[in-house]
Amino acid sequence: MSTLGTVTRRAFLVGTAVVGGAAIFGTYAVARPHANPLADGLPDGAVAFNPWIKIDGETITLITSHADIGQGATHMQAILMAEELDLDLDQFETEAGRPAAAYYNTAFADEAAQVFSALTPLPATILHAMLSPVTKLIGIQGTGGSTSTPDSWIKLRAAAASARETLKLAAARVYGVDAADLTTESGAVVLPSGERIRYQDLAAAAADIRPVQTVTLRTPEQWRYIGRPSERIDMVAKSTGAQVYGIDMVAEGMVHATPVTNPRRGPMLGYDATEALAIPGVRDVVEITGGVAVIADDTWSAFKGARALQFEWGPAPYHAEQADHWAEAEASFTPERLQATWRNDGDLDLDLDGTVVEATYRAPYIAHQPLEPLNALVTVTDGGIDIVAGHQMPTNVGGIAAAVTGHDPEQVTFHNCHSGGSFGHRLEFENIKRAVETANLMRGTPVKLTFTREEDFQQDFGRHLAVARARGAVGDGRVTAIDMEIAAASVLTEQGQRSGLPPTGPDSQIVAGVFDAPYGNIGNFRVRGYAVPNLAPTSSWRSVGASYGGFLIETFVDELIHAAGADPVRERLRMIDDPVSRAVLESCAEMAGWTGPDRGNGRFAGVALVRSFGVPVAEIVELEMTARGIRLHDVWVVADPGTVVDPVNIENQIQGGVVWGLGHAMNSELTYRDGRAEQTNYHAAEGMRLYHCPAIHVRTLETNPHIRGIGEPPVPPAFPALGNAIFAATGQRLRETPFNKFVDFV
Amino acid sequence: MQFTVNGTPRTVEATPDTPLLWVLRDALGLMGTKYGCGIAQCGACTVHIDGLAARACQVPVGTLEGAAVLTIEGLAEAGTLHPVQEAWIETQVAQCGYCQSGQIMQAASLLAGDPNPTDETIDAVMSGNLCRCGTYPRIRAAIRLAQAKMGA
Repeated sequence: MSTLGTVTRRAFLVGTAVVGGAAIFGTYAVARPHANPLADGLPDGAVAFNPWIKIDGETITLITSHADIGQGATHMQAILMAEELDLDLDQFETEAGRPAAAYYNTAFADEAAQVFSALTPLPATILHAMLSPVTKLIGIQGTGGSTSTPDSWIKLRAAAASARETLKLAAARVYGVDAADLTTESGAVVLPSGERIRYQDLAAAAADIRPVQTVTLRTPEQWRYIGRPSERIDMVAKSTGAQVYGIDMVAEGMVHATPVTNPRRGPMLGYDATEALAIPGVRDVVEITGGVAVIADDTWSAFKGARALQFEWGPAPYHAEQADHWAEAEASFTPERLQATWRNDGDLDLDLDGTVVEATYRAPYIAHQPLEPLNALVTVTDGGIDIVAGHQMPTNVGGIAAAVTGHDPEQVTFHNCHSGGSFGHRLEFENIKRAVETANLMRGTPVKLTFTREEDFQQDFGRHLAVARARGAVGDGRVTAIDMEIAAASVLTEQGQRSGLPPTGPDSQIVAGVFDAPYGNIGNFRVRGYAVPNLAPTSSWRSVGASYGGFLIETFVDELIHAAGADPVRERLRMIDDPVSRAVLESCAEMAGWTGPDRGNGRFAGVALVRSFGVPVAEIVELEMTARGIRLHDVWVVADPGTVVDPVNIENQIQGGVVWGLGHAMNSELTYRDGRAEQTNYHAAEGMRLYHCPAIHVRTLETNPHIRGIGEPPVPPAFPALGNAIFAATGQRLRETPFNKFVDFV
Repeated sequence: MQFTVNGTPRTVEATPDTPLLWVLRDALGLMGTKYGCGIAQCGACTVHIDGLAARACQVPVGTLEGAAVLTIEGLAEAGTLHPVQEAWIETQVAQCGYCQSGQIMQAASLLAGDPNPTDETIDAVMSGNLCRCGTYPRIRAAIRLAQAKMGA
């Protein structure tokens, strides 16, 4: 049973583990330019070899530096290391570790380079502009873009293999045997005599040995964990209430707080706290940027105080009314706002031959709203700042916090926590800033800041809004041309500015999922991106630009195929120039028993294929028209992320991505009125509930030559596959989400 | 107010309108019951009160005199997990896990009242519990597994 006391101790276990007497093993050359954070503060005689594995006389600790936001990153990182270090899953502990450049995300750069090299030729200036912001990210520890697995895949196994071989050398030295005669199993080195020596008992000896520099990774035939079902190491805690999240953290002597800031994100012109201060348990109301924080003895008193406040809010720094957000985007197809021509196959300046199809599409803002509201536990003293929270960009938190108080970033200690979902929400720093501001006003007192759900909705930097106009042609039963223009806010530019990064070039996330669609066989295919100003703040939302890009391109492709009188699967297969994508769509059609959109018995199906984050995913949605509306029955999904590390979790992630996509396609948007979001809680943007949920049949192929992440790629095809199924069933083409503005769902 | 939480008598000094959720979390340190929405839209705070599932964010502590409250921390008996918890672990339902305390408490209540629920009943009873990660297919499977375990 969790008690206040144990939670208090847990709160400060994260990132402050005792490393005295520890020997830290392994090696990875790429990490050497950065200091090893585990070496900091080690006592005499202890050695830190690398940032991921440490062993002392009692405990084997694996540092899982990628934030776990529910996607299973902790388990993935742990089993990659356990694989090479021969650990059973109950023989080690995991820690998030301290934010450090040593944990920089190698895949941020790799992903971009691989994606761009796979593209049709782009002007060199464009390519350079796209890559330069990516190279600036090197040195940043971050979780996002489905990069955790690609980043970890080699380096964590190499670090663990190095530790294993170094432990053998230590055992050879201590027991006077040849290291070549030693093996490892279940957390122990096995001597030729059969005697087993626990790694912990070799830690001191290994600390004196230079770690093995060259290792050979095990082959797939030797894997015990990779590709095989294993029980996620957090599964028991998450089924017993024992899993601790940021919102559960407490500290001795802390006060509770909740922020109320201008829902229009402008200035606070005035406020009256008289009624709030009269509420028992409310201690104070303090001014912070754009509003106030209510300080109280407990969360409920703070929430009650927040509701009793009266405000005069200043205007929004963007269009107050939703209609003007749309109008701004629709007016953005101008030479001045053209950012880049991302793809230009063939010649689309000519008049199109054959039957010409034109359409416009709209994709709304959508809130992130993971179930754990934003929060942070912060203590500011004259000597430093201590922050406990869940965050996807831990190395950026220090600078952000220090800028609030005037401390040096080196004086900030950040303890990253397990998060109750994120979907991109914890890439932003509003909770960190507001909590640090509040705690800075009461130095020495720990402040636990918890957002109400309403404040979280109102301050959510939602998915970026987009408008597209498309023109295409068909002839002889084929799609012969696609020309798509997309106008959207530049989400990466915004995020970069808020993270303290310099301005970047054209934003690939305006056109993601469209310009990289695997349709090289169309012949004429142009994609242009336009940046829209004066919109509400937005941030990466699970699958980022592809979350609407997939909807835009795959709905338009469906319209064209319908106009051509072709089969939606067969014509896509003809258009595809990428064998991995083709195999994915063929497999999905086979699994669904595809013979066409009309499935008989009143059921209809729609198909979509989207390649995002390097992973092609095909989805076929089957629905039924009932007297009460549309009922979703089945979804067949095929994805090819390359080697599958964890077959159980990948199925769960793919199903979850489909649920995320379908739910928001059905019923969720964020709209502005009088400068503020109209949606304030889940009743107004509920996403999918269990009764909506279809059966979701998952298959993974493993032919992709690059190992990829799976958190995001299943999301984009869900929107168009559902819309295309609705068209098959009703003849009504839905060019805007959420679909419940136009049709009813059971 | 005096009531029991997971079988232990508790005396709580709180203003009567304080929701049970915040008494559990802030006063008693029982962090397994989660705050998600505060308006009974998400089910993350689901507990049992006198054997019935309830949203702890909607129950003023002043109404609980003499009541028996069961939270996720008390669902296992004498160190043995509840069959629903066993099923949740075997099915590997959780992703972020934040909603799962509420899901498990709701499912345990469902099966206690209806040991052989129809698919429609499961859909109806479980749809008040939001899962933003989208674990619904596994929740359905885990309820069927728990049902089998409880019937065995």
